[in-house]
Amino acid sequence: MNLVNRVYQGVIVREFILAIRQRGEVLQPLLFILMVVTLFPIAISPSPELLSRIGPGVIWIAAILSTLLSLERIFRDDFIDGSLDQMLLCGIPLSLITFGKVFCHWLITFVPLLIMTPIFALLFNVGGHSMLVLLLTLLLGTPVLSMLGAIGVALTLKAKNAVLILSLLLVPVFIPLLIFATAAIENASAQLPYLQQLAIMGSILLFTSAIAPFAIAYALKVSQD
Amino acid sequence: MHLISANQLTCIKRDRVLFENLNLDVTQGEIVHVVGENGAGKTSLLRILVGLALPSNGEIYVQGNPLTENPEMLHKILVFIGHKSSINGQLTAVENTLFWLKQQGIEGNSDEIERVLSQLGLAGVDDIPVNALSAGQQRRVALSRLWLKPNAKLWVLDEPFTALDKSGIDVINQRIHSFVEQGGTVVLTSHQPLRLHEKIRKFAMEYRF
Amino acid sequence: MWKWLHSYAKTERVFTLCNGLWPFFLWPSFVLILIGCIWGLGFAPKDYQQGDAFRIIYIHVPAALLSMGIYTTMAVAALVGLVWQWRTAFMSVIALAPVGAVMTFIALITGAIWGKPMWGKWWVWDARLTTELIMLFLYFGVMALYAAFEDKQLAGKASAVMALVGVVNVPIIHFSVEWWNTLHQGATISKFESPSIAPEMLWPLLVCLLGFSLFAAGIVCLRLKNEIVRREIHRPWVKHVLFEGKN
Repeated sequence: MNLVNRVYQGVIVREFILAIRQRGEVLQPLLFILMVVTLFPIAISPSPELLSRIGPGVIWIAAILSTLLSLERIFRDDFIDGSLDQMLLCGIPLSLITFGKVFCHWLITFVPLLIMTPIFALLFNVGGHSMLVLLLTLLLGTPVLSMLGAIGVALTLKAKNAVLILSLLLVPVFIPLLIFATAAIENASAQLPYLQQLAIMGSILLFTSAIAPFAIAYALKVSQD
Repeated sequence: MHLISANQLTCIKRDRVLFENLNLDVTQGEIVHVVGENGAGKTSLLRILVGLALPSNGEIYVQGNPLTENPEMLHKILVFIGHKSSINGQLTAVENTLFWLKQQGIEGNSDEIERVLSQLGLAGVDDIPVNALSAGQQRRVALSRLWLKPNAKLWVLDEPFTALDKSGIDVINQRIHSFVEQGGTVVLTSHQPLRLHEKIRKFAMEYRF
Repeated sequence: MWKWLHSYAKTERVFTLCNGLWPFFLWPSFVLILIGCIWGLGFAPKDYQQGDAFRIIYIHVPAALLSMGIYTTMAVAALVGLVWQWRTAFMSVIALAPVGAVMTFIALITGAIWGKPMWGKWWVWDARLTTELIMLFLYFGVMALYAAFEDKQLAGKASAVMALVGVVNVPIIHFSVEWWNTLHQGATISKFESPSIAPEMLWPLLVCLLGFSLFAAGIVCLRLKNEIVRREIHRPWVKHVLFEGKN
């Protein structure tokens, strides 16, 4: 069997079966976003103009916070029961395994979010062009959330109260992403060019994908000691 | 040539020196039984030996090559069964074993896995989530890996007999026996005495302050 | 030179060094801070635009500069630790972090106090203040990460990685916030950029800066000393130093 096949059959298929067995846990982040999206208009004001102004930002913040809820799934269970040891020793390069696992995390947590986004956007009166740009920024940005988040999780495997630390570590790192995403959407709604911001987000995505698998692998090795 | 050897290993954990300048050479066909009190560093030694942890100092050689330079060489011939069972509670015994085989790059089918599992007394429970099994049964699922990697030459086993009953211990002892007879090498820790005909080398580790 | 540098990977050497150095840092720093503050608050001339309000500069600027300087030092220590596996480098990361956090906190508080008369608001989301706030979070991240592990060796490595991630991140945040700012609000910040400072005002500032730096260095030496003792408490040389009062 070649490496790609081994990662697919041994890691990716396994992640999906586990996700199906733990449906409740997997749906938790999406439910969280739904709560946030519902509470915001009630707390602020139902005026459509205001909502369409803050809507994309709210959706983005909800996505970032829900990431923190779902991230632990990537490595924690496998670390606790020892499956990670076997993955480290199976002969597949660790960066390839981490890539597989992070890719699954993105597919399982963020693709449902992307599918739901048009509905959220409707609730916030974000229409047409702005919604399209919102979707594009999420498409470019959420893989970065998964990858950077995985570095943080790998680093905090042995830590006490890991969720709190994870948020301290990750929120500062996510700020630039949030800035460019919301700026792109704001420009789009004001009929201004927004390709520049999307290009910057794309370059962040490419840079992170180049670095992250190795950083995650290193962090995992450090945590093993 | 030694199959695997540890050269001048030092391991410092939580600012305590577990062992210093430790040397261990394992030749092919040998059974090395690492003994020592709790906290003497047996698990740490085994994890360093297979490359899961890095020593504070020193190096591991696999057939004369440094482990850090070419870990794949070890991965091909190794079965490691750690102190944690490495099985996921949400998956069935067959699934757990099947995914392990796929990760290892071994073509395996579920018939073969079921045969091995029934040999270990798990017939009939191999298709329910492992969470529902007893600790001893879970350990048996993990130990089924000893039957399924045909080109393994080295087993590193950390307390393989924990939670096993007498018949389970016998089955594993027999398996170790036949593996060594075919030229296999075993490094293990165990608080139970080994009941084997082969000569066993004891490697003692002391608790240090 | 190389060998000499590597000898500082040993905890005993660093302990002796810190033990020797800290009085030379700490005592002069008190004198310098006192001189700088009295000079700056009492004798330096008023700013023609800001009046007496500008005098907070004598606390604010040294604290802000040090918050960044200490972060950079910490990142260098982290890099050294990760590349050469020096335990003492990881220990210095954690000796530096709380000192840097306090400096950042002082810079933020004085910045807000200064902001009230200048901008009419306690807090403005301009690039400098935002970056400083994020830096405080990064310091907290390093400290929390270190506190979260029982195995302090692993904790040192993890916080070192965190410190390095931060050092890449801080400039990115600074520029993105700056850019975001110009998009959102006009040039509120331009008030802040005063023309080059008069020498009568500059001298006490430099004295204060030196005082603050020596103070930070002294505290870091003391903290590093404590950290080494705490971590190496089982080692014979520590017992020797502690219980026989000999060093």
